[in-house]
Amino acid sequence: MAIGTRSAPGTAAAAPGAPARRGRWWTLGRADAAAGYLFIAPQLLGVLVFVIVPVGLAVWYSLNDWNVFTGELTYVGGGNYQAALDDPALPSVLGATAVFSGGVVALNIVLGLALAVMLNRRFKGAVLFRTLFFSPVVVSVVAWTLVWGFLLQDNGGINGALAMIGVDGPNWLQSGPTAMVAVTFTQVVRSVGINMVLFLAALQGVPGELYEAARLDGADSRRIFFKITLPLISPTLLLTAIITIVGALQSFAQIAVLTEGGPGLSTTVLVYYVFQQAFSFNDIGYGSTLALMLLTFVMVLTVIQWQLRRKWVFYED
Amino acid sequence: MPTTAKKLVSALALGTLATTAACGGGTDAATEDIELRMSVWTSNEDQLALFDSIADAYIADHPEIKSITFESLPFEEYNTTLTTQIAGGNAPDLAWMGDLSADLIDSGALVPLTETLEGTEGWDYPDLVPSVTGEFSRDGELYAYPFSNSPFALYVNTDLLTEAGQTLDPAGLTWDKVSEIGAAVHDATSKGGFVVNDFNYSSWNTLATIWTGFGASAWNEDGTECGFTSPEMTEAFTFLHKAIYTDESMPGPGTTADFFAGDAAFAVAQVSRAGNLDGSFAYDIAPLPAGPAGDYSVIGQAGMGVLASSANAEAATGFLAFLTNPENAAQLAQYFPPPRQSLLTGEALAANNEKFTAEQLQTVVVDQIPDAVTLPNHTNPAEIAQKAKTELDAMWAPDADIPGVLASVCSAIDPLLVAG
Repeated sequence: MAIGTRSAPGTAAAAPGAPARRGRWWTLGRADAAAGYLFIAPQLLGVLVFVIVPVGLAVWYSLNDWNVFTGELTYVGGGNYQAALDDPALPSVLGATAVFSGGVVALNIVLGLALAVMLNRRFKGAVLFRTLFFSPVVVSVVAWTLVWGFLLQDNGGINGALAMIGVDGPNWLQSGPTAMVAVTFTQVVRSVGINMVLFLAALQGVPGELYEAARLDGADSRRIFFKITLPLISPTLLLTAIITIVGALQSFAQIAVLTEGGPGLSTTVLVYYVFQQAFSFNDIGYGSTLALMLLTFVMVLTVIQWQLRRKWVFYED
Repeated sequence: MPTTAKKLVSALALGTLATTAACGGGTDAATEDIELRMSVWTSNEDQLALFDSIADAYIADHPEIKSITFESLPFEEYNTTLTTQIAGGNAPDLAWMGDLSADLIDSGALVPLTETLEGTEGWDYPDLVPSVTGEFSRDGELYAYPFSNSPFALYVNTDLLTEAGQTLDPAGLTWDKVSEIGAAVHDATSKGGFVVNDFNYSSWNTLATIWTGFGASAWNEDGTECGFTSPEMTEAFTFLHKAIYTDESMPGPGTTADFFAGDAAFAVAQVSRAGNLDGSFAYDIAPLPAGPAGDYSVIGQAGMGVLASSANAEAATGFLAFLTNPENAAQLAQYFPPPRQSLLTGEALAANNEKFTAEQLQTVVVDQIPDAVTLPNHTNPAEIAQKAKTELDAMWAPDADIPGVLASVCSAIDPLLVAG
């Protein structure tokens, strides 16, 4: 066997012209393949144990009613799926999920991009501002939400500040529309920093000569932004859109701590509803059904974005 | 070492490392010694120390018991954690329980206790006050020992009343009077009038401490018919709505008013909350005010039982009998109002209570327990609570349609009551 010659996994390697050696199973190719598989084994094991198996179990649970106190599983077939279709609360929950996620995604991306554009300049205090906007990302989400819970009380800090300028603030968390605004706002402010950093990195990767050429051609700032900046950072835009949508659909702590899904069902988003059904009401079967619905939404939205990327994402190659 | 061999060795090492990490914290070798675990929601060090000392005494006489551990779970997550442990096959041997008791009993998840307790020498089963065992019994069989039976009472911040020029005559006190004084205090001091502790415009079952005085109840005795549409319940919610939005004697939703921080003139809270009084203001305590239906009393209960899924259910039941025998029940009574008639005297309770006199404890605890009703409880408590809360949210607006909202509560929970 010629040293340094590689073969496809599972095939014997041989120097050109040399007679084929038969009967040797443990070849260099197989050894390489085995090493590769061993290297990815920990990750594969993690995905198997924490993703594949739980999703499989969720599918099984969704076909059963599970009495958690006795451990008794009763096969109900599509009963839980029919229950979802008949659930009078589900349309409101899906509506709240759409409004919350839509609001978070739109505000997060627009604000993140705006902050990145503003802070992508050299001025005194730029680093301080970047740190300021990024710092909520590293704060515990529960601690962050608890503080905002106090601030958003009727007699809390926000209304106190508004009163100082003569504005009678609403009881933020006690009416549907303002509660939705409040939970969306707290989520956006907490997570916008990560998008800002991603956009900043993308902006700094745009070649300066393109801007210079555009200016020489007489393009104004608006045109430069939409014709040069935006297309060149579109891969990052795709990435942030995907992670923000997934993050928004997974937002739980804000709802649990700030509003408990209320008033009424106005801020009950799907992931919180799943938690209620499975862990508060102990209806694991129905909770699993709803969790699979959420998984489907996330996958469909991600696939749609991935497919649409060809139409608007610019790749240099 | 050849490159390929190096790769293989390092990959194996990585794989071994990952496997070791994944399997870390493995259990000890099997032992025949019995290890008991009891889930509790207290994190009070003194209370846990008392439980440990009782457990140590039991272990000393029972060599088959290797250890008894009290696992303190956060109160807010207690039911969720306990049910998750049960579902995951990791249930404790014994557990405290509150509103989860009905589900646990009805699903056969608890070990019947009556025979064991009656048969334990010196346990004195007839000493249990009948009014406190009902919540934890089915067909005359006791499934959990009601170790805490804390009546709700009216706490009064007398400093705030003095500041507002108000006086309180505990004799013949009514809810209308409390609201009137509360409104006066709010006007004079900007502090809250009266609050219902833990209600927070979410835990509506705590409002039973008020609506019971109006003759209302959340559902009928066997839990099959909703009571929110009754005229008595409408009258009770009309009183509350007026107190919030017209008289302003009760802080509205979204307004923080902690009685124990001195933010309100009155609070409805369990007597066991007296530990929160830090002496920063002068206080008094009185039985719940009378409503249109007259005098009444309400208690909040907690029980402790043995999980049927326990591999050591017999040993756990034996320990429970020891933990709750007359001697140990007397020790527990310093923290939890006891279910035993022999321990229910003002003097006995005052011996371990620095906040109230024997006379006060006689009035607000001892005299209340025999005729007390419990907070609403039903199978599937969390779903009923959530469904009703979702509808009741519409109540907390100045222009609420009170009968309409109450009707919607019944529409939401009726299917659950029927199913229960």
